[in-house]
Order: sequence, then structure tokens, then C-alpha cells
Amino acid sequence: MNGMSLIVKRVTRYTVGLILLYGIYIVFHGHLTPGGGFAGGVIIALSFIHLVLAFGIRSAKKSIPKRLISIGESLGGLLFLCIGLIGLTGGFFFLNFFAKKGEPFTLLSAGTIPLCNIAIGLKVGTGLFAIFMALAVFKLTKEEDKQ
Amino acid sequence: MLELYLVMAFMLIGAVVAVGLRGLLSSVIAVGAIGLGLCVMFLLLKAPDLAITQLVVEILMLIILIRATIGRGVSRIKDRSSVWVFISFFIFSAAFILAASMAIKELPMFGQELMKVSKFYVDNALLKTGAANIVTSIILDFRAYDTLGETTVLFTSVIGVLALMRRKGRKKINERDEPDS
Amino acid sequence: MIILLMDIVLFLIGFYALVTKRNLIKKVIGFGIMEYALNLFFILVGYRVEGQAPILSQNNLIGDIFVDPLPQALVLTSIVIGLGVTALMVSLCIRLYQRYGTFDIDQIRRLKG
Repeated sequence: MNGMSLIVKRVTRYTVGLILLYGIYIVFHGHLTPGGGFAGGVIIALSFIHLVLAFGIRSAKKSIPKRLISIGESLGGLLFLCIGLIGLTGGFFFLNFFAKKGEPFTLLSAGTIPLCNIAIGLKVGTGLFAIFMALAVFKLTKEEDKQ
Repeated sequence: MLELYLVMAFMLIGAVVAVGLRGLLSSVIAVGAIGLGLCVMFLLLKAPDLAITQLVVEILMLIILIRATIGRGVSRIKDRSSVWVFISFFIFSAAFILAASMAIKELPMFGQELMKVSKFYVDNALLKTGAANIVTSIILDFRAYDTLGETTVLFTSVIGVLALMRRKGRKKINERDEPDS
Repeated sequence: MIILLMDIVLFLIGFYALVTKRNLIKKVIGFGIMEYALNLFFILVGYRVEGQAPILSQNNLIGDIFVDPLPQALVLTSIVIGLGVTALMVSLCIRLYQRYGTFDIDQIRRLKG
């Protein structure tokens, strides 16, 4: 409820940015190295959960707005669906429709695959963070009801 | 090959400990150890995508399970079900092991895979998609429809959890304050 | 083949916890163990002895022996779905505990309404 001790808060300030950066790196390089959208999305959610666990739920409720999380999750799902449906104009569905796929083994290659990875990473990350906040906040209100 | 057997034995011992202990928190920690053993198994079986995903999903599952058990302590519930449950379980497991060993004889030897379907994927992944990771090109280009289905399932589970954890229900429509979602 | 049979024994241990125990959290733990055993079975079937991880790099383009990539794609989806299902089960357990005050499934079956 109130967060942890001073050492944990101090160390969290330095590590949260690094964990978020690592998650974004795994999402972006999903077509070159192992990883992909799902693992990267879970790591992004874990970085926000780390912040909430170290600083307490009360201060987190004030600083992270609820609207942003629900908009982020819906946007990720809609983006993935739209990338698939755009191909319907040409006669195929969920196909990699870019004509030249770029040089292999560089970052800007492989057609629509990096875009799909970004959409999935956004959706999974915000969805799992919403699950955690719902479970944590429920306990807070139960204790308030008892007092 | 020896290390595969060792890690598998570690997972079996961990499973027996997790099922047999009485304290809830200790069982949850044993489940965490099994998940870590599974991550090492995936690395030994040459599947690095799965090892990364299994590790971070295991951490999140431990956080959610500990949230459910904290404060409830040692279970004072006697786990003695009736005798009929044990007898039917043993009969079922004997029949299951018999049928499974007959079915496993039909599979090719462990390590000699036939790969009739995957030959196409391995040969054409770089030419048709331009991605270097074959597993990513399978789930996002050749079989992207399955990924759409999985996204829908995850979305449904998030909506389900948010709907269950409301503070006040939707009984009175005129005097209803906003649900805690 | 011994390793496939050990995997089936892991599945049966999880099934034992699901069927025999009376505590709800023990049932959720048993379900999780069953799911680990099933995911491992798929990857064990698709393994080749001198194969490599299915990632291409500059020096081995085509013509090398790879491990089967198709079961890995299916299990990747299955791991994340298992997390969602476990989260939903745990939230049901928390609601039941708030309503009935116990985790014991026999007591919950007797108290009605």
C-alpha cells in the first residue's frame, strides 16, 4: 500500500527506464533475433508493474490515468486488424503486400512484420498492466470497506 | 542428452513438492521453480523464442498467484477426499499410460523428425518474407489468422477480469457511481 | 522415448492435484502444471538431434539442418493464452473467497445463495 523502503525506491529510479528500453528493443527487432511482439509486450508491462510495486498503489493511482491504458489496448488491437484488412483492396487477406521487402538482416526489412509486432506489443503490454491494476486495486477497496 | 533427463527429473521432483506441501505460499514458489526448469528445457531443445516468453510469463504468473494467497496463510482445510476419488484416479491413470505408450510407438524416434510440412517454411522464409527469424515469419505472415484469434482471446480475458473486479454492481441504474474498473 | 513417458507422468501429477485436492488454489496450481507438460510435449516431438535454432544469419543461409519451427510457433501462442486463463481463474477465486469466506470447495458447494 505504501511502497517499499528507501533503497528500493532509489534503485527503481535507475532500473525502470532500462527495462522499458529492453522491452522496446525486443519488440522492434522481432524479425531478426528471437523474441517478437508477445515477449516484448510482457516485458513492457513488467516495467510498469515494477514502478507500481516500489512506490505504492496510492501514488500510482494518481499519476497513471485510466483512459490512457484502455485507449492504448484498443488501439493496438485495431491497428493489427487494419493492417490485415488493407490487403482486401488488392484481393488478398493478411498477406505481406509490400512489393520490395528491403535488404535482409537490416532493421527496415520484411514488409509488414515490424508493424504487426509493434501493434501486438502495445496491446499485450497495456492489457496485462490493466489486469494487474484491477487485481491490486480491488484489495485496496476491500480494506477500506472493512474500516 | 543427459542434461535433458536431469532437468526433467528436477521438474518432476518440483511437481511432487508443489502438490504435496500444505502451505499455499510454498506451493506457489515450487511452481515458480518448475517454470524455470521448463525455460532451461526450451533452451536445451533449441527454441530461444519460447525460452524468453516462458521466463517473463512465469514471473507475471507468480505475481498474480501470490496476490491470491497472501494473507490467507497455511491452509487448514483437510485434503481428504473420499476413497472413490482415489480409486477412479488410479484406474484412469493406468488406462491413460497404457494407451499413451501404444500411441508413442507410432511416432518416429526421438530426434529424427520427418518435417514434411515445415520443409516449405524453412526453404521459403527468406525469399518470400525477408525476415531472418523463421518462427516470426510463420506467426505473422504464413499463419497470421491464428495470431488474430489469439489476440481476441487475450482481449476477452482482460475484459473478463475487469468485469469481475468491480466494486459496486450495476443493480441500481439511477443511483450508480462509476465502477472501479 | 523415456523422456516422453516422463512428460506424461508430469501431466498426471498435475491432473492428480486438479481432481483430488479440496483447496481452490491447489486446483489452479494443478492446472498450471498440466499446461507446462503439454507445451513441453509439443517441443519434444519436434526436435532433431543435430539441428540448430530456427534463426538464419549471414553465414548459414539455406542447406543446414534446422529444428522444426512449426510446433514452436503454435506453443508461443499457447503460453500467452495460458497466462490469460490463469488470471481469470485467480480472479474468480478471489471473488469466491470474498463471498463465502473460505477456499474449500465442499463448503462452497453446501452454502447456497
